Amino acid sequence: MFWPLLALALLLLFDYLFTPGFFRLELRGGNLYGSRIDVLNQGARVMLVSLGMTLVIATGGVDLSVGTVMALAGTVAARLLVVDGYGFIAAVSGALGIALLAGAWNGVLVAYFNIQPIIATLILMVAGRGVAQLVSDGQIINFNDASMVFLGNGHFFRLPFTLTIVLFVFVGMWALTRQTAVGLFIEAVGDNPVASRYAGVNARLVTFLAYLLTGLCSGLAGLVASSNIKSADANHIGLYLELDAILAVVVGGTALTGGRFYLVNSLVGALLIQTLTTTMYARNISADIAPMPKALVIIAVCLLQSEKARRYLNQRFTRHQSAALPAITPSRAQP
Amino acid sequence: MDKAPLLEIRGLEKSFPGVQALQGVDFTVGRGEIHALMGENGAGKSTLIKVLTGVYNRDGGESRFEGRSIRPRSPREAEEAGISTVYQEVNLIPHLSVAENICLGRQTTRLGFVRWHAIRKRAEKALHRLDLTLDTSRQLSSCSVAIQQMVALARALDTSAKLLILDEPTSSLDEREVAELFKVMRKLRGEGMSIVFVTHFLGQVYQVCDRITVLRSGKHVGEYATAQLPRMELIARMIGKDVTEIEKMSRSRDRQPAPLSAQPFLQVTNYGRKGSVCPMDLAVRPGEVVALAGLLGSGRTETAKLIFGADQADSGEIDIEGRPVTIRSPRDALRYRIAFTTEDRKVDGIIPNLSVRENIVLALQASRGPWARMRRPEQNALAGRFIKALDIKTPGPEQPIKNLSGGNQQKVLLGRWLATEPKLFILDEPTRGIDVGAKAEIEKLIDALRKQGMAILFISSELEEVVRASQRVVVLRDGQKIGELTGDEISEQTIMRTIAAPTTDSEAVHPAQL
Amino acid sequence: MKKLDPKYIPLFATAIVMLALYAGGCLAYPNFGSLRVFINLLGDNAFIGVAAMGATFVIISGGIDLSVGSAIAFTSILIAQLLGHHWPPAGAFALTLLIGLAYGTVQGALIHLFALPAFLVTLGGMFFLRGLSFVLSPESLAIKHPFYLQTVRTMAIPITQRPFVTFPLTAQCFVVVTIIAAIIAGYTRFGRNIYAIGSSESSAILMGVPVGQTKIGIYALAGFFSALSGCVATFYMQSGNPASFVGLELDAIASVAIGGTLLTGGVGFVPGTAMGVIILGLIQTLITFQGNLNSWWTRIAAGVLLLLFITLQKVVGSKRH
Repeated sequence: MFWPLLALALLLLFDYLFTPGFFRLELRGGNLYGSRIDVLNQGARVMLVSLGMTLVIATGGVDLSVGTVMALAGTVAARLLVVDGYGFIAAVSGALGIALLAGAWNGVLVAYFNIQPIIATLILMVAGRGVAQLVSDGQIINFNDASMVFLGNGHFFRLPFTLTIVLFVFVGMWALTRQTAVGLFIEAVGDNPVASRYAGVNARLVTFLAYLLTGLCSGLAGLVASSNIKSADANHIGLYLELDAILAVVVGGTALTGGRFYLVNSLVGALLIQTLTTTMYARNISADIAPMPKALVIIAVCLLQSEKARRYLNQRFTRHQSAALPAITPSRAQP
Repeated sequence: MDKAPLLEIRGLEKSFPGVQALQGVDFTVGRGEIHALMGENGAGKSTLIKVLTGVYNRDGGESRFEGRSIRPRSPREAEEAGISTVYQEVNLIPHLSVAENICLGRQTTRLGFVRWHAIRKRAEKALHRLDLTLDTSRQLSSCSVAIQQMVALARALDTSAKLLILDEPTSSLDEREVAELFKVMRKLRGEGMSIVFVTHFLGQVYQVCDRITVLRSGKHVGEYATAQLPRMELIARMIGKDVTEIEKMSRSRDRQPAPLSAQPFLQVTNYGRKGSVCPMDLAVRPGEVVALAGLLGSGRTETAKLIFGADQADSGEIDIEGRPVTIRSPRDALRYRIAFTTEDRKVDGIIPNLSVRENIVLALQASRGPWARMRRPEQNALAGRFIKALDIKTPGPEQPIKNLSGGNQQKVLLGRWLATEPKLFILDEPTRGIDVGAKAEIEKLIDALRKQGMAILFISSELEEVVRASQRVVVLRDGQKIGELTGDEISEQTIMRTIAAPTTDSEAVHPAQL
Repeated sequence: MKKLDPKYIPLFATAIVMLALYAGGCLAYPNFGSLRVFINLLGDNAFIGVAAMGATFVIISGGIDLSVGSAIAFTSILIAQLLGHHWPPAGAFALTLLIGLAYGTVQGALIHLFALPAFLVTLGGMFFLRGLSFVLSPESLAIKHPFYLQTVRTMAIPITQRPFVTFPLTAQCFVVVTIIAAIIAGYTRFGRNIYAIGSSESSAILMGVPVGQTKIGIYALAGFFSALSGCVATFYMQSGNPASFVGLELDAIASVAIGGTLLTGGVGFVPGTAMGVIILGLIQTLITFQGNLNSWWTRIAAGVLLLLFITLQKVVGSKRH
């Protein structure tokens, strides 16, 4: 919890000093605007996705298809509204339905067919965009349904409505994992799947559930993302978002090997990532280039968390202190 | 020996975090001799071997091989120096061919390209030294364990090794295969090779070894000529007690089997699984400890997993308290109040990063389902109760279980299952790798649980322990039940004799070949 | 006594699928069976084939490389820029391949030395190279160097005069790289070590296989092949584009899996991968011939095929035990 907050504070300090206008807040039409509000609003989708991703990573897996699921949900909603002429409720239900289906698909492949998570979700990551193209017939669908637009642009208590969605999902997620034993089971399965199965935990169901929930979160994020720009573009909604989400979760301290997970920390991590993104945009770094520095950050963070890297550092350090210490090959030093 | 020894180790030191695995160990192997390295679990045998073969780095000490000081940093360097190893579990590459497994890493090449024909020839030659003809293009995983063991041996021979280390090579071989192996060992000794032989089986030491070195808790106890060290003396040196004490220990005690009329809690009939367990009958009554005895690979663990539903049976019936049921997963077993602590705590027992409390609560919570979460006070009370009752030494219930010692981890796992109030408790090697004090406590606990009327299925490699703990012993070999001993029949000798008895049906197919 | 080794079953399935698709195409469309269509199939998919060879090694070793698509896009734009700045083609290719090798080595080092998961490192690589491509040029760049306008065409080997069919440079690259990859996999210690590591890394260590060296080498090789694939792609595209080849890693991985390589490592076939590439190409050609199908179906078909073959591997694998 401490490190991501510190990093966030440092980044904000940097922006305060060097990025002009980053800290300006305006009250327009009774609502707040400004870079920091942008971070919250744009960050909503990263926060939503990383909430789901936290659970998947805690089971020891990963979901590479989150961006694609966002695109699927966005295009399905837009299509239902514009092409098929359904109402808002039907559009949202349809979008979330397809997102749940996508999550269930991943979940079944990983939990019941034992396909490695990377491969299973990679299939949907790539093939899913093809499906989204089919749904939108290769077109960018613009919409102006008031409720749909409100999702990503509306305000609630002067703050973007998206934050309300995030809060709602977070509370739901927290209740589902921490007020039931699902959270304990997820951590157990992620930490040691065989032992958990032997202890009677329904490892498959738990894993399935994690992917299902991630699908739902991605679907919501997709609705928010397409609502933001009042259109659905199957090629671009959620592009590269899987990296942001994984990054947010890892920065938040949930290990990629699975086990303990921290929902709040993932939210902080997501805010950190979004601040990074917004800072880059504010400093005129294009959206296309932005993934590059982020990739460096995620590798750096993982290096810091990697036990091997730490041990190298420690060894360096201790060797300076006492040169007499014998060299131990780190990977094999197990009795 | 008038010549200088082949291998001479002086004052070897090696420690792991929290454990001093080797303390000033000396070890000498002469030329052309078979030298047994003996000691109980945790004596430091495998650490010594791994240091010798470059898998671990040593902390201190000196080793000379053929008069030169050596310090291999990898198995490859050790091989180049002339030290080859065959490990207990076959450490070969399952997907590659026999020939390639023998030559991997040192294939014959011309201009950097592998010459397959030459490799097959080499492999055939190496196998021939072992009096084995085999299609060397076969995939290794399609061979039986005994053959794989021989391939590993052939690989070691292919390096023109001067010292061959055999780390428990016989634990998964049957009698005939062991005899075959001994023949090969004697032949190699005749060719001037030295062999270090690590084994649990005393009889084998006296059959084939010239000298014996005994280690105990990381220390060198002594080196003896086999002929001058009676068996009882050897045992005494290994466990650090004197002979009269052992005789007192092995005296039989009260072992009243539960009355046969009592309805078995568990009754399996013709229960089996292709490739691991031949169909067998087995019953466990309340208030009775039934032990599964047999060598490693005889199907003890497999039988336990089958009953617990971790593996699925493909034949036979299972009755719980007289009613037929199906158990297809551990969750089913849990529902019928069956508990199971596994052989390998680290791999399939503990959830390392979760706390002691969470590890204790897990199975009970699993049996209640994900939605009926136990409240925190209830969890704390449960954890507290078992930490106290089982005397688990931990700084607190929130300590990650990985920080506990092996014995305490085992107690946490026992607590995890006792919390579910089981009626049948399957214990697979519950005392493996834990210190003597904790061992005794666990044995005492088993006896107490039995007296409370629990049915217990007990698995241990240590016959001594089996004899002490059980009312009935089911003897297994090659995944088959080959005998059952009750009451006064139970002794180490009778169990050994049952295992060693010739098969009535000598053509019986090894289940691994099915 | 010699029964078919179960590890070859997926390979046979691949061959059958390939022949069936081809036969089906020939029956359905009159021109499908022509030599030109087949040559085009090889030529157009050559760059995928080259990249898939790198992916084959990575997957046999039990790893994964997700950076393939970005690496190709990066190389293509790098070459376009270098040639635009009047570098000689040979120099541009050499530098590009060197960079590919270097970046692969870095990925391998991160994976091996710091025990980071391969998917994470190569996912990072995927985004890094994609971003870097846009740094080099935000837009697609046409390559107008005479080497591309003329030499590439003249290097094609004529096969038949009437109709005039040539074997293009791209297809030649595909064939040559496949042969080289097959030799590496089957006839070098390095190649055999890759199989050993993929099958059982712990055994490989105890058997004295230089695991670290080999693992880093695998990713270096994959980086090299990705860069080479980028070069081949420029022959075919006559341009460099930072936004191109998104999702190509799935095509590469799918080709490898369809070719009978176990995604869990230890078993794999270079010729199988070549067949996998051809199968994906056949599907694409069929969709083109069909005319009114959206090109996005190709992606979906790749995903479905990958899934089918993984399932086949699971079934075969579980039967073996």
